[in-house]
Amino acid sequence: MDLITGFRDPTLVRNLIQQIKNTITHHWTIMEICGGQTHAIMHYGLDQLLPTEIELVHGPGCPVCVTSLELVDKALAIAARPDVIFTSYGDMLRVPGSQSDLFSLKAKGAHIQVVYSPLDAVQIAQNNPDKQVVFFAIGFETTAPSNLAALAQAQAFGLQNFSLLVSHVCVPPAMHAILGSPTNRVQGFLAAGHVCAVMGYWEYPPIAEKYHVPITVTGFEPVDLLNGILLTVKALENNQIIVQNAYSRIVTEQGNQKAQQLIQKYFEVCDRNWRGIGLIPQSGWRLRSEYALYDAEKRFSVENIQTHESEICISGLILQGLKKPVECPAFGTLCTPQNPLGATMVSSEGTCSAYYRYARK
Amino acid sequence: MCLGVPGKIVELLDQPGLKMALVDFGGVTRQVCVESLPDVKVGDYTIVHAGYALNILSEEEAQETLAILRELDDIKE
Repeated sequence: MDLITGFRDPTLVRNLIQQIKNTITHHWTIMEICGGQTHAIMHYGLDQLLPTEIELVHGPGCPVCVTSLELVDKALAIAARPDVIFTSYGDMLRVPGSQSDLFSLKAKGAHIQVVYSPLDAVQIAQNNPDKQVVFFAIGFETTAPSNLAALAQAQAFGLQNFSLLVSHVCVPPAMHAILGSPTNRVQGFLAAGHVCAVMGYWEYPPIAEKYHVPITVTGFEPVDLLNGILLTVKALENNQIIVQNAYSRIVTEQGNQKAQQLIQKYFEVCDRNWRGIGLIPQSGWRLRSEYALYDAEKRFSVENIQTHESEICISGLILQGLKKPVECPAFGTLCTPQNPLGATMVSSEGTCSAYYRYARK
Repeated sequence: MCLGVPGKIVELLDQPGLKMALVDFGGVTRQVCVESLPDVKVGDYTIVHAGYALNILSEEEAQETLAILRELDDIKE
């Protein structure tokens, strides 16, 4: 089908690479904010086809990676309770907490189940009325409608034994944090296509203007990624501070209004601590107080969390695009996907995991 | 995490609770929540993330993008 294979067409890929080479005259540092794009770039080897003038730096768009250590520890405390079935996206299971991880806890007998969709967790709650079912609701804007659809479904079914441990973060505040930092090197942005599918890209022109960076909404297939890079390079070369949409088959300027209404109904903006980066004000979402019944943090009131982060791991610098994984002394030796020191080595979107899997040096 | 998988709507399901559909992902069929797609119909393509359809995939926009990129190819040659 052309709708999928057309965007993997090797002829178009070769031609886009040539167009980029023809256009570029300067060195440019471009950040792809989304970890899914980092993996797609490495999976298809696009970074090795691009001219050396382009440096791609990899952003913090990996919710597994930035979920705070405190929340991972809370997840561990809740999942250890005998009355709880703890459900999660698979990536979170190996993420190191201060003392342990969900995978090790599961091996010791805790009821922890991986689900593909949070709606599966609602089904588990229906089937286990004598247990409390908690879903670890991590994610960026893309995942919010899915996580909240589960909550809406649980409400519709009148379930009293379902709750969310919410760790939601948002992309625009992270872009502000990166671009506003005195150490920032990013000159152009590939905006995350699926975040924009939900939210649109109306929030981006003020960011582009404030920090003088072009932003291109970009998809995930090789042709999408190169088209996004080409449009960004053209804007940089012509000193145009514009927001462009290179993923128009999925993304509109206003996004999906129905999905946004769902988010508005259940979530309110809050400060969030990003693992490895620190507190970013107004950078996340939490459940509104009227839905406290479904808020696992309130239901289980986990207190006295003492966090302890690995002293070797440099994932914070990697998430901000300041270091590459290969600059970490533990990369591939002390830290591997089997024994990760930091979440960036765990997640299928983590930068360290991409460098490890695709053997980048 | 923000992985989205394209698929084709093959059936709209009539059941209580959220609006669900059967989506064909190149031979694998799965139930997907289409609550945020008010005008969805059988035969539409969509992008699915964690069991949730994010948007309808516009075939028109897709063809237009590909046509523009192929045109670039002609200019070069």
